[in-house]
Amino acid sequence: MSTDPKFEFLCRMGDNALVLGHRVSEWCGVAPVLEEDIALANVALDLIGQTQLWLGLAGEVEGEGRDADKLAFHRDVWDFRNVLLVEQPNGDFGQTMMRQFLFDAWHLAQLTALIDSSDKEIAAIAEKSAKEVTYHLERSSDTVIGLGDGTEESHRRMQAALDLLWPYVGEMFLGDDVDAAMIAAGIAPDPVSLRAGYDQLVGDTLAAATLTKPEDDFAHKGGKSGARHSEHLGHMLTQMQWLQRAYPDATW
Amino acid sequence: MVKPAPHSRPAPAPVPGVVHDTARRGPAPGEKPTLETVWTWLSAIPDPEIPAIYLADLGIIRDVAWEGETLVVTITPTYSGCPATSIINLDIEMALRDHGIEELELKRQLSPPWTTDWMTDTGRAKLEAYGIAPPRPAGGPQHCPHCKSQAVERISQFGSTPCKAQWRCQDCLEPFDYFKCI
Repeated sequence: MSTDPKFEFLCRMGDNALVLGHRVSEWCGVAPVLEEDIALANVALDLIGQTQLWLGLAGEVEGEGRDADKLAFHRDVWDFRNVLLVEQPNGDFGQTMMRQFLFDAWHLAQLTALIDSSDKEIAAIAEKSAKEVTYHLERSSDTVIGLGDGTEESHRRMQAALDLLWPYVGEMFLGDDVDAAMIAAGIAPDPVSLRAGYDQLVGDTLAAATLTKPEDDFAHKGGKSGARHSEHLGHMLTQMQWLQRAYPDATW
Repeated sequence: MVKPAPHSRPAPAPVPGVVHDTARRGPAPGEKPTLETVWTWLSAIPDPEIPAIYLADLGIIRDVAWEGETLVVTITPTYSGCPATSIINLDIEMALRDHGIEELELKRQLSPPWTTDWMTDTGRAKLEAYGIAPPRPAGGPQHCPHCKSQAVERISQFGSTPCKAQWRCQDCLEPFDYFKCI
């Protein structure tokens, strides 16, 4: 695996979109109501589309002939660079929407900052994606408020989802050597710089949803660096990659 | 002297200085149509998912240019994951090949990203006539495309394709598609 920080950075952006896109697509055909099924499939589709742009560029930067499909389907768990949050299982519908909201709020802030990237290709992908993600965030925040401030049952489930997923929020704001190289090159923002705006937005939404943010800010980490993914990613990849594992290099 | 039969009449001798003759000075005689002509061809290609409107109405064809002998068509995707994108590229390629274009390049342009502001007024009118409420910056349809009532409500932010949302008319009770404004 290449250690070019730009390649690593592009894999992080692409893998976040890929893994969450796949997770969300798992709802296709089994969501609570038809409209939500369609909405989830549409969000998944946007994310998979963004994956093609990010991983496509990653492959070009690497220059070893790997395209987006090759990167998506021919890497194993330890080569994935997504944050732990997006690989967490769907749980119930509320848990899926809480995961979506916690990610969307970071994702939009990250993409908005990347529009000013010194790298024109990264800026163009960010500009395109930000429009779609604005829409995702609108829906996920509305749903979190609707279910949080809903029935006793929906409120209880949303609070449980928040308590379960909050320990995965911190990783999105942890910087490392790859981030430092991206900041120095003017390519990407300092992850820490996005935290205040995130806390504000998430705080307002959770307040409107009558949900309580956990006090403990402990953060699991290891996903974006690839050091240690949770057990769930490997299981997900056996589904997502089964065809290429069974029939390597099969094409349509 | 026997007159030749009409079908065997020889072609008239070229007259120096007429249009045909001038054109022959170009690199590929008669094979390089003007950009206006190419735009006319492209305007006749229907959208694969919403055949009521043409690709040109959507505003996704950003540029047409000759680079030497190669015709370069620049296209911007509506949504990054829209499955119609590859079909659109295929339709454009087939249409241009049918018109005799041999050297063709399709370029993808992401920035500036596609916006529904680029949709033509003709396109908007055709959408509505087809039963799809056209996009509006206000964030929702002006009225029901069927009965024109303004009493409408949103069912879902998403719809049957990435570019649409589901709405419902509270008067005629018909559900309808709304073309999302982005």
